[in-house]
Amino acid sequence: MPAVQETVDQVRSLDVDQYKYGFFTDIESEKAPKGLNEDTVRFISAKKDEPEWMLEWRLEAFRRWQTMQEPEWARVSYPRIDYQDLYYYSAPKRPTQLSIDDIDPEILKTYEKLGIPLRERDALLGIESTGGSKVAVDAVFDSVSVATTFKEELAKAGVIFMPISEAIREYPELVRKYLGSVVPVTDNYFATLNSAVFSDGSFVYVPKGVRCPMELSTYFRINERNTGQFERTLIIADEGAYVSYLEGCTAPQRDENQLHAAVVELVALADAEIKYSTVQNWYPGDKDGKGGIYNFVTKRGDCRGDRSKISWTQVETGSAITWKYPSCILRGDNSQGEFYSIAISNGYQQVDSGTKMIHLGKNTSSRIISKGIAAGHSDNTYRGLVSAHRKATGARNFTNCDSLLIGDKCGAHTVPYIESKNSSAQFEHEATTSKISDDQLFYCRQRGLDPEEATALIVNGFVKDVLQQLPMEFAVEAQKLIAVSLEGSVG
Amino acid sequence: MALLEIDNLHAKIDGEHGKEILKGLSLKVNPGEVHAIMGPNGSGKSTLSYILAGKDDYEVTDGSVSLDGEDLLEMEIDERAAKGVFLAFQYPVEVPGVATMTFLRSALNAQRKKRGEEEISTPDFLRLVKDKAAGLGISQDMLRRGVNVGFSGGEKKRAEILQMAVLEPKVAILDETDSGLDIDALKVVSEGVNALRSPDRAMIVITHYQRLLNHIVPDFVHVMHKGRIVRSGGKELALELEANGYAEYQQDAA
Repeated sequence: MPAVQETVDQVRSLDVDQYKYGFFTDIESEKAPKGLNEDTVRFISAKKDEPEWMLEWRLEAFRRWQTMQEPEWARVSYPRIDYQDLYYYSAPKRPTQLSIDDIDPEILKTYEKLGIPLRERDALLGIESTGGSKVAVDAVFDSVSVATTFKEELAKAGVIFMPISEAIREYPELVRKYLGSVVPVTDNYFATLNSAVFSDGSFVYVPKGVRCPMELSTYFRINERNTGQFERTLIIADEGAYVSYLEGCTAPQRDENQLHAAVVELVALADAEIKYSTVQNWYPGDKDGKGGIYNFVTKRGDCRGDRSKISWTQVETGSAITWKYPSCILRGDNSQGEFYSIAISNGYQQVDSGTKMIHLGKNTSSRIISKGIAAGHSDNTYRGLVSAHRKATGARNFTNCDSLLIGDKCGAHTVPYIESKNSSAQFEHEATTSKISDDQLFYCRQRGLDPEEATALIVNGFVKDVLQQLPMEFAVEAQKLIAVSLEGSVG
Repeated sequence: MALLEIDNLHAKIDGEHGKEILKGLSLKVNPGEVHAIMGPNGSGKSTLSYILAGKDDYEVTDGSVSLDGEDLLEMEIDERAAKGVFLAFQYPVEVPGVATMTFLRSALNAQRKKRGEEEISTPDFLRLVKDKAAGLGISQDMLRRGVNVGFSGGEKKRAEILQMAVLEPKVAILDETDSGLDIDALKVVSEGVNALRSPDRAMIVITHYQRLLNHIVPDFVHVMHKGRIVRSGGKELALELEANGYAEYQQDAA
């Protein structure tokens, strides 16, 4: 059909070239020597001024990692990564986390360009003009956190929000208690690597009964060439606490692939709730599939207390390869886990993403809504596991995975695993794959929408029930991002 | 100059061995006129409406179509819409997850933007839709539902007329709007269409049956057969067809 041919041509001509955050900030940086050995680990630990126990923890992880094999089960393919050809630490030379006026102006400019004001007064101005609500930001630039906003105001509520490297020094007992308690050091190849060389990320502790007074967010930026980013985030909501957290990610446009291997751990104690949202927009590579970020991430939440709740929402539009399964361990009785995902792939992107819902406690429930959208030559896989332990009486899960294909060179795959060792568990799974039809496009265009407006409208309709889960301010952003990443994918 | 002028239009289904469907069709439509196009199944009526709207599946091999003196065939689908071409679909398409209200607003603003006009304000838009919806018996609930999703046949057709009322086209093409409607629904839809008759607006009503034309009374009736208009007349021609059927034309052609 002619429309399909045109689609293919358009995809060829436009593709993923729409990446708007591909610039590079030219600043002086300090790096660890290239390659990975015990000295690299010691170097990072020393840079962070870490206590001895932390260094030991890292070294143990590193020794373990050396015995491990890179996983190959995901539906992604990439050339072998030479782990000795990477930098594991890179930080701007000028000191960070000081008063905002001491931060390198180039870095401030970078974040301004990305639309993330690091000066609190600018952030407040932005809120006044848009009518939004206050969001505290931790800005991570390559391997270090450069600034964290609204720290004092949060401290008044008892909320700790700071770079994890700072938390290790200031709240060692909290960090020691929880770090690695959700994603063990030995969990998987990339998580173990991260445990050895993680550089920065955010630490959040919301004390008993406190509702965090504002949205928290971390903005990750990879800047330096040949450098991996190993983010480590730890969020703890104590009994009855509530926190909503958002992370955003971008990187410069480069021909080489860069590695981002993060670990995120969430702990929700009794009656606590954590909402974790991600808008992932790492550089996806160019239209021929050259360059882009390898996003190999381990994210897991532990509903440790009864009636606790963890909710993951992700909008994934970036990265050359995404390997990511934000999961929930439903340990507490009556705890709840949720996973809402929109994964968009275009160009030659490969996405293998999904979730694991591990039901351990009684009457635990989980809900999975996944929307995959594939365009161009991309591959988009949903991989999910729902399991019920034999003691998980009354476990319930509802899964709905829909895929939408744009064009005829892309693929969508659904790989669900269901394991139930308890006969009272009720697991439901629904999956559909559809295509934006030429009829839908024609109908929308006949009403006056151009092809891109029409596609955006149809796709937004398709992902609506996930977008609704995002905090309002971000939903609007995400909607725009979806439109941008699909630009040119339909003729 | 006519508002819409179709001259010797030839068109075939796109592709190497595409069948020729329109074989030299000519028609002039002036502002304010309502033209009915009748004809047996397969005579090319729906194809004509798709070609006017710009659907990709056809290739025009000869002839011309102009709208207000401009070459319509050169325009993109959405450009034609912005210039005032509206097609009420025989089978309106579902757009899940997109509320009818959102759809209407996006469409109206997209058209306005293309014409260099300001976007409509929220209160003005709400007022506009409320007025038009009430006349067509369309509930607020229906406006909140996804476009055409779960609508009955009658609801779909009423929703099409609502879109037409909100978008205020210059040339409205109604493709078998009567199909699938019971007599009550037919009345509601016809009243909605009649309310939109205006000295500035032309309508092309495509139908197989005469009964729609009892409600939407045309100024001209054309009989289409084998890709051409074979006879034109006033509204009485429709009655004649009702009495005699299309057999006469089908024999002629055989």
